[in-house]
Amino acid sequence: MMLTDFPLFPEQASTVAKDVDLLFGFLCVLTGSVSILVFIVIFFLAIKYRRTPQNELAQDYEPSHLLEAVWIVVPSIIFVGIFVWGSWLYFHLARVPDHAIEIYATGKQWMWKFQHPTGQREINMLHVPVNRPVKITMASEDVIHSLYFPAFRVKADVLPSRYRTMWFQATKTGRYHLFCAEYCGTLHSGMIGWVEVMEPTEYQKWLAGGSEGSLASQGEKLFQKYACNTCHTGDSTGRGPTLAGMYGTDVMLADNSVVKADDNYIRESILNPRAKVVKGFSSIMPVFQGQVSEDDLLKLLAYVRSLQKPVLSGAAAPPPPTASSEPKGNQP
Amino acid sequence: MTTATPTLLDVRFGPGVRNYLNEDYGFFSWVLTKDHKRIAILYLISVSIMFVLGGFFAMMMRLELLTPEGDLLTSDTYNKFFTLHGVVMIFFFLIPVIPAVIGNFMLPIMLGAKDLAFPKLNLLSWYLYMIAALVGLVVIITGGVDTGWTFYTPFSTQYSNTHVFGTTFAGFIAGFSSILTGLNFIVTTHRMRAPGLTWYRLPLMVWALYATSIVILLATPVLAITLVMLMLERTIGVGIFDPALGGDPILYQHMFWFYSHPAVYIMILPAMGVASEVVAAFTRKKIFGYRFVAYSSLAIAFLGFLVWAHHMFVAGISMYSAMIFAFLSFFVAVPSAIKVFNWTATLYRASVSWQTPMMYILGFIGLFTIGGVTGLFLAALGLDIHVTDTYFVVAHFHYVMVGGTVMAYLAGIHYWWPKMTGRMYPEWWARLAALLVFVGFNLTFFPQFVLGYLGMPRRYHAYAPEFQVLNVLSTAGASVLAVGYVLPILYLVWSLKFGRPAGPNPWGAVGLEWTTTSPPPKENFHETPEVTWDAYDYPAMMKAMGETQNV
Repeated sequence: MMLTDFPLFPEQASTVAKDVDLLFGFLCVLTGSVSILVFIVIFFLAIKYRRTPQNELAQDYEPSHLLEAVWIVVPSIIFVGIFVWGSWLYFHLARVPDHAIEIYATGKQWMWKFQHPTGQREINMLHVPVNRPVKITMASEDVIHSLYFPAFRVKADVLPSRYRTMWFQATKTGRYHLFCAEYCGTLHSGMIGWVEVMEPTEYQKWLAGGSEGSLASQGEKLFQKYACNTCHTGDSTGRGPTLAGMYGTDVMLADNSVVKADDNYIRESILNPRAKVVKGFSSIMPVFQGQVSEDDLLKLLAYVRSLQKPVLSGAAAPPPPTASSEPKGNQP
Repeated sequence: MTTATPTLLDVRFGPGVRNYLNEDYGFFSWVLTKDHKRIAILYLISVSIMFVLGGFFAMMMRLELLTPEGDLLTSDTYNKFFTLHGVVMIFFFLIPVIPAVIGNFMLPIMLGAKDLAFPKLNLLSWYLYMIAALVGLVVIITGGVDTGWTFYTPFSTQYSNTHVFGTTFAGFIAGFSSILTGLNFIVTTHRMRAPGLTWYRLPLMVWALYATSIVILLATPVLAITLVMLMLERTIGVGIFDPALGGDPILYQHMFWFYSHPAVYIMILPAMGVASEVVAAFTRKKIFGYRFVAYSSLAIAFLGFLVWAHHMFVAGISMYSAMIFAFLSFFVAVPSAIKVFNWTATLYRASVSWQTPMMYILGFIGLFTIGGVTGLFLAALGLDIHVTDTYFVVAHFHYVMVGGTVMAYLAGIHYWWPKMTGRMYPEWWARLAALLVFVGFNLTFFPQFVLGYLGMPRRYHAYAPEFQVLNVLSTAGASVLAVGYVLPILYLVWSLKFGRPAGPNPWGAVGLEWTTTSPPPKENFHETPEVTWDAYDYPAMMKAMGETQNV
């Protein structure tokens, strides 16, 4: 195995891999040829004009300063080009495609936990279908980690302070490494695993395997366990805002500012509800910082998110107060 | 004047020839000296010890990485070793090495001054360095630290059970040591230039040290603040960075890199200064585009402050700030490119000597170029996502810091060794060492670019088996590199006793330092020099030096 079987180039197993590799290859050729040219010139000059008894003192010669201008301007223009290319790729990687499969990840010293919307949970192993965009929403339970799929050319730090997302679309079935790329303590190098890219039918079969119910339904149980439902009753009588239909909308706060009710807002409102209180409600919700694990938070999040789709009351009519103008329920 | 009994040193330098080495004797004449040259020698000894220590940690890591399994060291030990390697090499070797050793010795002489502006502060800065180093050694002996040299929160404040406080405290003290050096250099350059030595007649080394000092003075206090905040959070739980206390871990990274990115330029700018001196001396030619090279040092110092967040492209900063930092990062590469092209152009119609310092500098230009262009890969946002936090980054910054700074330091120490000690080093051995360093370096670090692109994350104690072959190559290279580094230590010490006497100007180089005796007298010059020529102006300087010799 030693000398016969080692790769010099990583597998290309995602839609962006070849784009990243193309930029990499371009830069290799560009910088490689410029560097080699510089080396050749240096060696040629250093040998041609080496010190000999006939060449004890350098010749008095000052090359044209036009040269100086050339090697300031030309690299600058090339650099702008590389910048644009790199940024284009970055934007592409930052924009999550619609209809991506949502997967939740938690990093903790020293393992990766993944939860699928259908309720499957796995550790240091992630099953995804081929040719479907997959979005991962991630948080850390302790220190900063970084989820890295070399074969997909994507990586993102996982923070203990808020959710981050990353996405990829695998293009080849198979097993690929997943690593923690941000140093996180003793077993950092053991915080690794595999991503298994499967044919869609296989993936469906795998999803059908045992689970404790969907993530949202697990979240619903927690919603009761933590007694959230005593205030967030889902109607106008509750002491807390109504959560149904709230996800993804703009929410007006007590100080008249408006925030988007996204994943990070919901997370913060559970952990530290006093930070952003919805207008019209008083700040009475207890702080859950340190009470709810990241896993449970993700389940609660999945539940809150699920509340928007099945429009609460059979009818399409939005709940009592108008949906957008009035501070839509949510929050403490 | 003095009537000391003849000693070994008198015998070596000739009776009655006073120099800074035989001016005074005894332990206290060294540890209480205010002579910038003696302080430089104190630094030389201290940083060399730290280099050996940092090198030991590196070697243990490379040995561990011979096999994919973590079998030689435990995970905790490995983590401590890469942390200590970084802390020792960065704070105690790379940052002080060229300014505090070569700069301390040469800056006043290059300016035609008797000493730095504040000789006592200079001594204090060495003591601060030593106190910091001792705190660091206590940390190492009592169990070490495992956070990585970057001390990222909340790992460093809440989760690590090692000596984070002691280590950051050592870094805090070491910072003041470099602040004092920077302050001293700035004032000296402004106030103590010899008559006739205008700014545009200064050697490029002085420009580089001046630019470095500005960076030191403006950036290092931010490190001090950051480390104090970290210590406060760790010890008494002030919530600044820890989200559980209402802090933001990303804020720590901003503050840390606001210092630590400019710190890269604290390490590389003086190296570029050495390169300019050596290229001029060993081509016997004025550096092509002198003013461009001088200004590019200032441009690097300025732009270096505006690119810190390029260490954080995957850390969770906004897309738009990432774009701004990426854009500026490309432009900090321009002044570096200017320097490389100008050094190259200087070789045209020159008289190139292939002596050891020049060999190191040719190697420096090559390795620094590779280190520089791979920085472009990392500045390209979409590509950085894949390669950041992998061995690609490790290879990149070793090409810059080891291929750049250490190569230039070795060039400088060989170039000025005759001036500092009055003795020549053995040329043959020195060339052999230069070759070994170059080959060993490339063998060590080039495979790491490939490893990084393959996806091997940095700071991994154990790794996937398919990465082994490249790791074995890297470790093999490290062994060659180690031999290359040990050789100069041996033959330079040997040369102190057995080296051929150097004479005032063994290279036929120009510059004020070559107009005084080797080693220089305590007051550097027997009489204050007057400068009537531009830097590297060979015909004028040769003539002037000829006249001096006739006096």
